[in-house]
Amino acid sequence: MNQIETEPLILRPRGWRKVVRYVLLIFVGLLFIAPAYWMLSSALKPNYEIFALPPVWWPSSPRWENFKEALTVLPFGRFALNTLIIAVFSIIGHLISCTLVAYGFARYDAPGKNFFFVLLLSTLMLPYPVTMVPLYIIFSRLGWVNSFLPLIVPAFFANAFYVFLLRQAFKQIPPDLEEAARIDGANTLQVLWYVILPISMPALATVAIFTFQAAWNDFLGPLIFLHDQSKYTLTLGLSFFRGSYEVNWAYLMASSLVVSLPVILVFFLAQKVFIQGVGYTGTKI
Amino acid sequence: MNAGRLIRIHQIFYMRSSPLKRREAIAFYLLISPWLLGFLFFTLGPMLLSLYSSFTQWDLLSSPVWVGLENYSEAFQDPRFFQSLKVTAIYTFLYVPLDLVGGLLLALLVNAKMRGIRLFRTVFYLPTVFSGVVFVVVWIWMLNPRGGLINLLLSQFGITGPRWLLDPHLALYSLVLMSFWGWGRSMVIFLAGLQTIPGELYEAAAMDGASPWQHFWKITLPLLTPTIFFNLVLSIIFTFQTFTSAFVATDGGPLDATLFLVLYIYRQAFQFLNMGYASALAWVLFAIVLVLTLLVVRSQRFWVFYLGEQSQ
Repeated sequence: MNQIETEPLILRPRGWRKVVRYVLLIFVGLLFIAPAYWMLSSALKPNYEIFALPPVWWPSSPRWENFKEALTVLPFGRFALNTLIIAVFSIIGHLISCTLVAYGFARYDAPGKNFFFVLLLSTLMLPYPVTMVPLYIIFSRLGWVNSFLPLIVPAFFANAFYVFLLRQAFKQIPPDLEEAARIDGANTLQVLWYVILPISMPALATVAIFTFQAAWNDFLGPLIFLHDQSKYTLTLGLSFFRGSYEVNWAYLMASSLVVSLPVILVFFLAQKVFIQGVGYTGTKI
Repeated sequence: MNAGRLIRIHQIFYMRSSPLKRREAIAFYLLISPWLLGFLFFTLGPMLLSLYSSFTQWDLLSSPVWVGLENYSEAFQDPRFFQSLKVTAIYTFLYVPLDLVGGLLLALLVNAKMRGIRLFRTVFYLPTVFSGVVFVVVWIWMLNPRGGLINLLLSQFGITGPRWLLDPHLALYSLVLMSFWGWGRSMVIFLAGLQTIPGELYEAAAMDGASPWQHFWKITLPLLTPTIFFNLVLSIIFTFQTFTSAFVATDGGPLDATLFLVLYIYRQAFQFLNMGYASALAWVLFAIVLVLTLLVVRSQRFWVFYLGEQSQ
């Protein structure tokens, strides 16, 4: 596709248009904040205020102990550690495997390349339920069920979405840099390590952050493959908590908040990467 | 494969390829080998196994028994399977258009240079970083008939709110209602799409005296059609796989009102150990998603407009 360098329109509303826009923004903003507000408010309520009438919009004396108590009802520390192990290994796996594969697709030519690239992209369309049942059969034969392996090992064999994202990033690097390194006698892996990776940090960070978020938030995978409570991830623990006979809503909201804290934190630290990364996938094909 | 093609492949491999090209090809396949192996072991292999087991009766404890097309014919007489298809279809046909329109409206709203606009973008996007489980748990509480914010607000106006997720007639629509909280994802993609529209077009149109309304219908919307197309395909594929909200919020109930297809497959496979039947249902799901996606892809030439590209 031919690239035309153009500037997007930057809208600077003035006068009544500006006022209307602010009114709309604030109205919709409140709609979006309301659930989060209710989550926090409920997390801080003492038991008698949860169902109180007239409703208590904000607890009279916020009960911060709820957080501590909620996290001891179930071994959430253990769940957090399990989730972290899965997330870290998935990140390592994706960074290594997707970089190699994406570099191959970005820079090398070979018969069959286009076929494999289309095949790679078409796997994005495959619904997970199609492979979920047979993967369970395979992993149970391997004795991997009820361990983290089914959730970690596939990460070392690349992921179509991240390969695509990294390939787009690598393609934007001018090839002169690599040629210079090659003339100096560097092999492929050295070129990757010393030339490509240092200038691809934003794209690699995107992959790492998305993988972290996906692993942290995954539910169906852990639900299928992890059976003992000691192996549970945070989302699994949370759904178990929710399914328990008598739901303590203050505790449930408090633990939901704590479970989300790491992804919220990562989001704020890397907001730009997040929003650009999603943008990457949408437009530049 | 015809003879001409074979000769051509032969030429590519043996006659036209210099040692340098062959080395490049070897390097290429070595580099992509992680994905190739992963594709064989985690995608193609499982798909073949799934296809095979869809023709068997298999409880994992004993060996699979070949039953031919029985699982498929059973599916077409299974009222719960039809219920799950209905639930999934209704949800998809409500969720997908709402998500597209909502995401686009949000993107248009925050696509301006104003003080504090980044804060609003963050507020709209933030709910999408929550895990599906947290997202749903928050909304179960929001929609709680007694302690939920929605019914408490309604009670301020003297309205007795419905029982939402606990009402068989409302449960599915309650799940649709809560989905607005996730519009931020398509908002961001639309925002990126808006950035690709050249500003000169608007300047030229403004000089011709076009109104903002005309700007939207004549420039913004046509030039966003590739983004709409992209979002449409993605959300069809993902919405058909809805699982977490049904599992956590309602467990398919009340009275199967939210028995989504993937939830039904999950139950057949992992609660009843009907691996064969579950595989057959998964293939039906795959076929439906494939047909829908192909229809959308085929329809592209009627409504998707690419800038800087002659009609082909």
